[in-house]
Amino acid sequence: MDDLLSDFLAETQESLEVVDAELVKFEQQPEDDATLNNIFRLVHTIKGTCGFLGLPRLEALAHAGETLLGKYRDKALIATPDTVTLILESIDKIKEILDYLTETQSEPEGGDEEIISKLVAASEGSMEVAVTASAPAVETETAPVAEEELDEAPIGFDEDLDRDLRPGEVSLADLEAAFLAADGPDLDQLAVEADEAIKQEEDKKAAKKEVKKSTEPLKIVQTVRVNVDSLEDLMAMVSELVLTRNQLLQTVRETNSDDLKLPLQRLSSVTAELQEGVMKTRMQPIGNAWKKLPRIVRDSAKAVNKKVQLNMKGEQTELDRQVLELIGDPLTHMVRNSCDHGLEPSDIRVAAGKPEAGQINLSAYHEGGHIVIEIADDGAGLPTSKIRSKAIKNGTISQEDADAMTDNQIHRLIFAAGLSTAAAVTSISGRGVGMDVVRSNIEQIGGTIDLKSIDGQGTTFKIKIPLTLAIVSALIVETRAGKFAIPQLAVVELVRTTANGDHRIETISNARVLRLRDKLLPILDLSEIIGEPAEKEEKGTGFVVVMTVGEQTFGVLVDSVFDTEEIVVKPMSDRLKSIEIFSGNTILGDGSVIMIVDPNGIARQVGSLNDVEQASAKSKNMTSDSETKTAMLLFFAGGKEPKAVPLSLVTRLEEIDPQKIEISNGRHLVQYRDTLMPLIHAGGAPSFNEETPQPVLVFTDDGRSVGLAVDEIVDIVEEVLHIEMADNSPEIIGSAVLKGKATEVLDVGHFLTLGFHDWFERAAADQETQETAAKRVLLVDDNAFFRNMVKPLLSAAGYEVTAIESTSEAWKLNEAGVEFDIIVSDIEMPDDNGVDFANRLAKDLRWSTVPRLALSALEQHDLEKIGATTAFTDVVRKSDRESLVSTINYVLQLKGEAA
Amino acid sequence: MSEQIASADNKTNDKDTINEFVTFFIDDQIFGIPVSAIHEVFHPQSITRVPLAPPEIRGVLNLRGRIVTAIEVREKLNLPALEQDQQSLMAIGVEINGESYGLIIDRVGDVLQLPRGKSEAVPMNFDPAWQKFTTEIYRLEDKLLIIMDIKRLLDFETKSEMAA
Repeated sequence: MDDLLSDFLAETQESLEVVDAELVKFEQQPEDDATLNNIFRLVHTIKGTCGFLGLPRLEALAHAGETLLGKYRDKALIATPDTVTLILESIDKIKEILDYLTETQSEPEGGDEEIISKLVAASEGSMEVAVTASAPAVETETAPVAEEELDEAPIGFDEDLDRDLRPGEVSLADLEAAFLAADGPDLDQLAVEADEAIKQEEDKKAAKKEVKKSTEPLKIVQTVRVNVDSLEDLMAMVSELVLTRNQLLQTVRETNSDDLKLPLQRLSSVTAELQEGVMKTRMQPIGNAWKKLPRIVRDSAKAVNKKVQLNMKGEQTELDRQVLELIGDPLTHMVRNSCDHGLEPSDIRVAAGKPEAGQINLSAYHEGGHIVIEIADDGAGLPTSKIRSKAIKNGTISQEDADAMTDNQIHRLIFAAGLSTAAAVTSISGRGVGMDVVRSNIEQIGGTIDLKSIDGQGTTFKIKIPLTLAIVSALIVETRAGKFAIPQLAVVELVRTTANGDHRIETISNARVLRLRDKLLPILDLSEIIGEPAEKEEKGTGFVVVMTVGEQTFGVLVDSVFDTEEIVVKPMSDRLKSIEIFSGNTILGDGSVIMIVDPNGIARQVGSLNDVEQASAKSKNMTSDSETKTAMLLFFAGGKEPKAVPLSLVTRLEEIDPQKIEISNGRHLVQYRDTLMPLIHAGGAPSFNEETPQPVLVFTDDGRSVGLAVDEIVDIVEEVLHIEMADNSPEIIGSAVLKGKATEVLDVGHFLTLGFHDWFERAAADQETQETAAKRVLLVDDNAFFRNMVKPLLSAAGYEVTAIESTSEAWKLNEAGVEFDIIVSDIEMPDDNGVDFANRLAKDLRWSTVPRLALSALEQHDLEKIGATTAFTDVVRKSDRESLVSTINYVLQLKGEAA
Repeated sequence: MSEQIASADNKTNDKDTINEFVTFFIDDQIFGIPVSAIHEVFHPQSITRVPLAPPEIRGVLNLRGRIVTAIEVREKLNLPALEQDQQSLMAIGVEINGESYGLIIDRVGDVLQLPRGKSEAVPMNFDPAWQKFTTEIYRLEDKLLIIMDIKRLLDFETKSEMAA
């Protein structure tokens, strides 16, 4: 193809994209002169170039469009959605012709009289005539109404020519004005035209140079168009260079040759710079992929008759052009989805109290070596129940699975293949067409996608993709089966585990977990995933690579971890592509080949149960609802019977060097995190270990810690608790059968007061300085254990607590005329349920103004029930002690302010 | 480490009448692969095993910056694996659909030039597993040379047929 023509095509394509976007902007803000000038200039440039390349058909089209735009610019006409649509149509037509040009290098046969005449009609102010008339080529000299209106600027007659203007023609004066008003590139274009007219025989490339020269004074950054293929080749070679350098580095490290070290260091830094430089040439702002979106949103919004506003943030965020190309289609698809299905029609929005125009927010930003793109709408959110029933119907999930799944898990089903292709889901729920394709496209480039949908508030998709595909940094790990590379993109942190250290892997009903800070992290053994499990019980120590894929977080257990290496991803052989857990392979510095683990593949192995909490929630659901399991920490302390405390009360497990245990004033103390922590032995007698490390359960509350020394920590069990009350000893709540053995359940509160005599008093005193009288709390919960756990806690926080086990007792108190400041009620109780209770309370004469707080494990069925009533002021998570106290404080404070 | 197969220079004019084959042995059986299909013959070193891969894939290895998938030909022929140390392994490098493969064989034989059209069709009673990849058979003086189609040996042909 002619160089000039191909340059023209590439340039025009880009200009048209801008025009598209700018027009949409212009339609919304017709008074924005800068936008209009920009559009005018671009269209004008296209027209000019067409004329000079001898493309009459394009020229005529562009000319007609330009004329209309000129009117807007001169304020002779006001843009209407219809006329903007018309201009967009003409842009589409130009694109069509350009496509044809690209293929055949000549303009297609035929003309565009229809659209040109419409444009002319519009520019003469008689849009109505043009759009209503189905017949083309209306000779529109007679548009009397319009002309009368615009008597200031008679358009039909041109003084220079001394005759009426022909359709599609613009007056010389207008043109002149247009040229003068337009800056920069316009003049260049004129220069080109002039040059060409004078020295037509001259080499066209010389003319191009002329253009470049003339731009210099304007201080425009000089650019060269480079064939994408040459860039790709360059990149491939740099990749090889990086590999070779890594290999050299390895060799020199082994041979320890000093002569080589210095030059190699230089080679290394030059390679790194080169790599960075080449990468930079491939970087493009993500805005390039977004350019066509305003137009798409506008068109699809028009088609479904909605008002939609597209907001973009972070257009300047740069990423590799290869990645950019690959995400273009998924992005378009998702934005269109948001527009079509995510946002509700205007009337429904208004009825729901939302602004009429729906918002789609597109944002991009860097986050540690990768790019995050978010597509958020403020629509209705995903229709959970419809997705659920559809997924069950077509067998994607079973009924049991569905019951155990959280809303978020249900939402993620839209990424499942079977669900999306079904037309039925599209018509009822929208969304989901091709979401599986979107996901697989994104996963192909090593990215992840996740979503969050809130009913009535909208849906947010979050895409995380690597900056570049060619070179990624990866963590090299080793298992019995050899070394593997894990892309850094997915790695959050590394945790070293030892058999009895801070971080040890525990087993809860065959599922391995790691207690990491506040979370239980599901653990997968990499050697098991790859089908070569290690010998039993060998796994005491190792490393857990904590990975995040979408919203799933899990740990992968490996034997050892080497360093991070920049690796060049090479595609896997066809014969190996079926192995889901690998995404490619690479050559390491030592020349060996290793497989690259695909985080998405592993995430699929974790399955839909993305953390143990949910796993246990599932097992809970399978047993009867009223029997809630509680995680208990089992240990031995003085005596042969196991003892237990609720796991949720324990802040940390520590092992303390016996040398560090000090005795002061008859109490055992240890320096712990820069403070002195009292140590109490759970067995009663002060029999601390003398040689071996002393295992200690640490309880922390309000910045103070107490250590409970035990003989041996045995296990964590999750069982339904049936506590038999004990009445003789204060340190024991009662006993329960755990793991088939009678176990004493200790009263943590008792030990806390032993540690700090004023433990509860202090808190109460704090409270009293603020409040003159202790607030009275009514706690209704059928679970004795829970009552016993919460009551001291609330008392400690300065409340006067009445704990009862049923709602009928509550009514008795009500009848007796007892007053409370707040009522905290469980949801599931054998003789009543909390929701009904709250509803009745709301109507009660005496207690209707008392705030009601629901206690819940925050499981699906509970939340649904709570959602069904407004009788509760707030909901608090059952196992979360701190938030219970703070919520009560908060609610009471609110009430106090209101009163 | 690897020997490029030198294109035989004295038979360029016989191209139309002569077929050239690289021969190799599995146990005592001699096989041939058209020279044109072969990139090189090399000693595969430091093969990385690929977990979960099909049994005939011995692993992947680095051959001058390219990643080569090593295929155990014995496994494809349903023969028991041979106890071999890494040093003495031999492989024939081929390229299929732009990917590099190394066929691990017992030992390499000579390059043979055989007249076109002098070969025999595959006998009816041939082992079906072998029939799949055998294109023709040459009668040599003392033994039969089985000419292999690599694509069929590696199931690429059947795969695309299934896809079609």
